[in-house]
Parts: sequence; C-alpha cells; structure tokens
Amino acid sequence: MSDLLFAAIVFTLACYVLAMALALVRMVRGPSAQDRVLAMDLIWTVGMLLLLVLAIRYRNSAYFEAALLIAIFGFVSSASMAKFLLRGEVIE
Amino acid sequence: MNEAVSLWIEVPVALLLAMSGVFTLLAAVGLVRFKSFFQRMHPPALAFSLSSWCVTLASILYFSAQDDKLSLHAWLIIIFLSLTVPVTTILLARTELFRTRRPGQAARSTSPPGSGPH
Repeated sequence: MSDLLFAAIVFTLACYVLAMALALVRMVRGPSAQDRVLAMDLIWTVGMLLLLVLAIRYRNSAYFEAALLIAIFGFVSSASMAKFLLRGEVIE
Repeated sequence: MNEAVSLWIEVPVALLLAMSGVFTLLAAVGLVRFKSFFQRMHPPALAFSLSSWCVTLASILYFSAQDDKLSLHAWLIIIFLSLTVPVTTILLARTELFRTRRPGQAARSTSPPGSGPH
C-alpha cells in the first residue's frame, strides 16, 4: 500500500469520525424525535462506510458481510422507529 | 495474488475515498446547521447516495485490481441502500407532517401560541 492511499484512507476515516460526532450533536440536541431518528440514520450509514474503507485498508473482504448486516439492521431500526412515531402520535 | 496494486489504480481509489469523506462531512455539517426539519432531511441524502457510491466504486476498483478478477460483491450494499433509504425518508417526512398537524395545535411554529383553535 503506497503512502498516497494510506494518507487518503486516514483522511477519509478522520472525516467519517468527525461527521459521526456532528450527527451525534444533532441527535443530542434535536428538537423533535424525528430529528434524532434522522441523525441515527446518518450515523449508521457512516459506520457502514467506515467498515468498507477498513476493508480496503486491511485488504480483507470479510468486512463486507459486517457492512451488509449493518445496512439491514439499520434500515429495520430506522423504519420501525419512524413508523412508531407516525402511529403513536396518531393514536394518542 | 497479493502483490502491490499499481499506481494507476491507487490514485483513483484515493481520490474516490477522499471525495466520499468530504461529502460525508458536508452532510453532517448541513444536518447540524440547517434550521427546519425539511431542510435537514436533504444533507444526509448526500451521504446516502454520493458517498456510498464513491466508496463502493473505490472498493470494486481496488479489489478487482488486487485479485485480478472482477469482484462485484460491493454492489449488494449500494443496491440495498438505494432500495431502503427512500422508504425511511418518506416515513420520516410523513412523521414530521403528522406530528406538526395535530388538532388543537398550530400547523407550523410560525404562528404565536394561543392563537389557534383550542
């Protein structure tokens, strides 16, 4: 692995960690519940991208399965939380 | 098999990875800085579509060059993401609409409290 690709991977991982921290800020102080769901949606997507970058870093394609699992469970959790917010307020 | 990938492959891979990092950071900054919820729904789409495409293309390029065969299994992630992200987006938009249009409350927070029908 050349120095260029290593520097690019380090830069990308730093950007991802900073993006997750900013999304965490929105999740903590979000005025409504759907803001928090949206911030969590961004956080799991960035975590999945981080695993894909680590797959390139360590030249190991076993990270793809973990990324696919994160995508599946993240979608299920986001959709169920949005559905709960939708129905819970309508029923009450 | 595990020999070094040539520079002609590593330069586009590095560019795609750096692009995805920059766009993800822009998405998070927009998520923090925008004012209303419907404005805040737009920046994460940058991370869902553009950054994911960049990382997927980079990994396909890198692993294809490393293994000397076309390895397309990273497409699964981008296909799945492009199927599921609009569902979540529509559910969240409908949630915002329903939760701000409850009876006995103003539709938006622009009107002063107490002026609506109680």
